[in-house]
Amino acid sequence: MSEPTQHEVLDTEPTHHATHIVSPKVYGVIFASLLFFTGLTVAASYLELGVFNAIVAIAIACIKAVLVILFFMHVKYSSRLTKLTVAAGFFTFFVLITMSLTDYISRAWGLW
Amino acid sequence: MDSQAIATQPAHGQEEHGHPPYLRHHFATVEQQRETASFGMWLFLLTEIMFFGGMFTAYMIYRNWYYPAFVAGSHQLKIWAGTMNTAVLICSSFTMAMGVHAAEIRKRSALLRWLTLTILLGTVFLGIKAYEWHDEWVHHHVPGLNFSISDFTHVDPHYLADKPLPPDMAEKTQVYFSLYFAMTGMHALHMIIGVSILLILLVKAWGGAYTTGHMTTIENFGLYWHFVDIVWIFLFPLLYLISRHQ
Repeated sequence: MSEPTQHEVLDTEPTHHATHIVSPKVYGVIFASLLFFTGLTVAASYLELGVFNAIVAIAIACIKAVLVILFFMHVKYSSRLTKLTVAAGFFTFFVLITMSLTDYISRAWGLW
Repeated sequence: MDSQAIATQPAHGQEEHGHPPYLRHHFATVEQQRETASFGMWLFLLTEIMFFGGMFTAYMIYRNWYYPAFVAGSHQLKIWAGTMNTAVLICSSFTMAMGVHAAEIRKRSALLRWLTLTILLGTVFLGIKAYEWHDEWVHHHVPGLNFSISDFTHVDPHYLADKPLPPDMAEKTQVYFSLYFAMTGMHALHMIIGVSILLILLVKAWGGAYTTGHMTTIENFGLYWHFVDIVWIFLFPLLYLISRHQ
């Protein structure tokens, strides 16, 4: 009988969580990228991109948020339970936003 | 079992159990205890996402309805202040992450240093925010208290391409500023709560807490602090940046 792989361990125990200490080097790289993306989003806001100004700004904000969640908040190194919790939360949030917006865009509200 | 018998039971959580004293007896292992605490913290943060999410959705819908008013309102904000605050908050997220790391490797002095830096940066953020709010008060941009549409019915010298708004649309800049104050205000409240908790953590860490292997409090506070950072990461482009043109 061979040693169970990490995936097999996770399948039987989804909350299994071997403590992983993230190195300061990783934090440093993420910190530098967050500052870089902040500069980038400010620079992009000075360009005339039409409708893409908003899209670029929100896309960069999403990238920054994902970096913070994965590394500063350790989700990348967390158990499957934590990953699923975070993903389910954001998914529910998007469902709620989508449902609200489908209501608003399908009516003649705001035309006065 | 009478009380005498209970009193003579061996104290729980001592060395004969072979586990550290901070392990509560309803958990099987330290890892499970840590995982449970982190799971609970994430559930709390999900409710916070919904809380801020409601305001973000309101912002999106009203921006579509009163688009010229939102653009004109946004042009009154200082991009340099928003950029500086974003950088300050990202720095504080980094110092907090380093604080969690210091607790993990059980370095008391490093933990104290990183927590102090996080408190300082959080206070700087609130200071810049207070300066901006004061400026908006001086310019009569606070709906309900001292609002005036005069800035929006005339051409802004900084945005000469802007056309002055008709009075009815200029009134709608109040919707922009209401959402602005609601969102930055709730964010700042979270910062104030965060800095207050940090002061308590600092005092406890001074007394030697969190560097003996039991650090779920520091870890969970880190999650909270990073969450507040993420809210600002979205507030900054939505309030300050995306309406620069048009």
